[in-house]
Amino acid sequence: MAIYVDKNTRLLVQGITGQAGAFHTKACKEYGTQVVGGVTPGKGGESFEGIPIFNSVKDAVKTTQANATMIYVPAPFAADAILEAADAGIETIVCITEGIPALDMVSVKEYLKTTCSVLIGPNCPGVITPGQCKIGIMPGYIHKPGNVGVVSRSGTLTYEAVHQLTQRGIGQSTCVGIGGDPVQGEAFIDVLKRFNQDPETHAVIMLGEIGGSAEEAAADWIKANMKKPVVGFIGGQTAPPGKRMGHAGAIISGGSGKASDKISALEKAGVLVSLSPASLGETMERALKTK
Amino acid sequence: MKIHEYQAKELLRKYQIPVPHGKAAFTVEEAVSVAKSLSDRGPWVVKAQIHAGGRGKGGGVKVAKTMDEVTQYAKSILGMRLITVQTGPEGKIVQRLLVEDGAQIAKEYYVAITLDRALSRLCIIASPEGGMDIEEVAAKTPERIFKQWIHPTLGLRDFQTRTLASQMGFAGPAAKQFQDILKKLVRLYLENDCTLAEINPLIQSKEGNLSALDAKLDFDENGLFRHPSFQELRDLNEEDPSETAAKKFDLSYISLDGNIGCMVNGAGLAMATMDIIKLEGGNPANFLDVGGGATEEKVKEAFKIILQDSKVKAILVNIFGGIMKCDVIAKGIMGAARELKLSVPLVVRLEGTNVEQGKQLLEQSGLKIITATGMKEAAQKAVAAAEAH
Repeated sequence: MAIYVDKNTRLLVQGITGQAGAFHTKACKEYGTQVVGGVTPGKGGESFEGIPIFNSVKDAVKTTQANATMIYVPAPFAADAILEAADAGIETIVCITEGIPALDMVSVKEYLKTTCSVLIGPNCPGVITPGQCKIGIMPGYIHKPGNVGVVSRSGTLTYEAVHQLTQRGIGQSTCVGIGGDPVQGEAFIDVLKRFNQDPETHAVIMLGEIGGSAEEAAADWIKANMKKPVVGFIGGQTAPPGKRMGHAGAIISGGSGKASDKISALEKAGVLVSLSPASLGETMERALKTK
Repeated sequence: MKIHEYQAKELLRKYQIPVPHGKAAFTVEEAVSVAKSLSDRGPWVVKAQIHAGGRGKGGGVKVAKTMDEVTQYAKSILGMRLITVQTGPEGKIVQRLLVEDGAQIAKEYYVAITLDRALSRLCIIASPEGGMDIEEVAAKTPERIFKQWIHPTLGLRDFQTRTLASQMGFAGPAAKQFQDILKKLVRLYLENDCTLAEINPLIQSKEGNLSALDAKLDFDENGLFRHPSFQELRDLNEEDPSETAAKKFDLSYISLDGNIGCMVNGAGLAMATMDIIKLEGGNPANFLDVGGGATEEKVKEAFKIILQDSKVKAILVNIFGGIMKCDVIAKGIMGAARELKLSVPLVVRLEGTNVEQGKQLLEQSGLKIITATGMKEAAQKAVAAAEAH
């Protein structure tokens, strides 16, 4: 099962001929992902590493029956790339690009409501179902197929969590990086809902951080609906107020967005919160035992 | 990106939102000549221009009744270390003034536009309780705060501005004027990629006219490519020089109060590294994210920036190599340690792609590098090293 992507996922890459796009296309293909096509306007008919390139997402879908896309298009044009993918009926859109203006994403988000597409990102590491399909920039080899779902707003911190799990012999069902931008596609709750319904996911690690109120909203949802154990972590417990810590979303404004508020909301919802980022694997081990 | 009040007001003026007459001044003489150009009998307002709120309470805003007072206030405010609730205890040195016509205030209001992240829509926030800290109003009298969300394609509609005007207690021409200001402010926000457009207070004169007595505009860094002219609005004096230097090399750096310098890849892991240092009893000196594709060069620059902070007693490097290969990072670290003649203890935790090669390089380098496995061990070693140094 797993969520979002599996061995049957047929992937397109938008921006396949760019430096990052080309590099990660190769890495995804080597991992075993079915990369069926690339899109670079003006380069239709050419190919990259044996992967056919198309001028538009519509053309690519017609020929390849792709149902997912990975976007590496530069920030000024990335919103357009997401819209094009949604317009062509792509089910799962994973946008890696960082630096997309918030106002562009406000419009994109509105349009997506009228389509069947699901957006992961932007400014995210992507999504991986270990052993089946990797869409994104994460190092594939640290993962291990298994039954723990991972959802995170961060990139390298997700790798850290996955590494701790794998070291303890705990595999992952699917790992989803939802990105750190203020306007994003899938939010914690969307991913948690899917994990809750996925028979192959037995427990979930949720990695949040300061800023916004997504973790609090997720805590409410978990309390009311989640049937599986959840381990949580909030990054930025020691960050000073008002400073931007790399992610546009990580700004503490007024009373909300603070790590302490998020941690207490999660604990009230029954989430096992690990205060130390070094104890994620250990905490999950405990959660699985007491289940 | 933040700008000064006087710059924000110039932009409001461009969108025909009424603001008091006034101009920026960089010297006492300029302040006097601006005052003279405004009127010959005052009153005038002399306002410190720094990127922080709460200036009035800190003594950075004065009303001058005579030209002598303009001189006196300009002298005392220019160069002063202004400490407000938003500057932190170190305050900010005032280098610019705004000199304005004094305004007659009958009533003060609040209006702002920002992104509601939970709904992914812009939200207008308005309150008849202006001139105060809006967070305080929200906490004490939430019923005095009114909101309208802007649909991304339909835009702000008349019924919404009408509703807000009546909630604010405006009637007749003032209501029309308020609705007009809202529409212009939304247009300004959208056309300039703002993240915040705030007028506080929006004042009503005895004659009933509205104007923006104070304004704050923040711009989306991600949208700056569409507005190259905004670079001129940047005031580098308001930015931490180390943070500015870091930006040049595409590093994200924020200085903090502690003594353990940090170099990490990825914002989330960098924050988590700061957290674990605190948990182990230490204090981070900075947040530094070298990004996903750091090169040897970038690592070297990162070290330079960390070492400019004389508080730093130890450095902790925590790298989870994904795209970034650990052996490349190790070479960068070794190069930097040699070139900069590193004298503080250096703790390195490497994990991920090519980790064995990376560790081997560090061990064979002959440099005094403390290696660690796992974040906890790394933080413990860094805290111990900082204490011993």
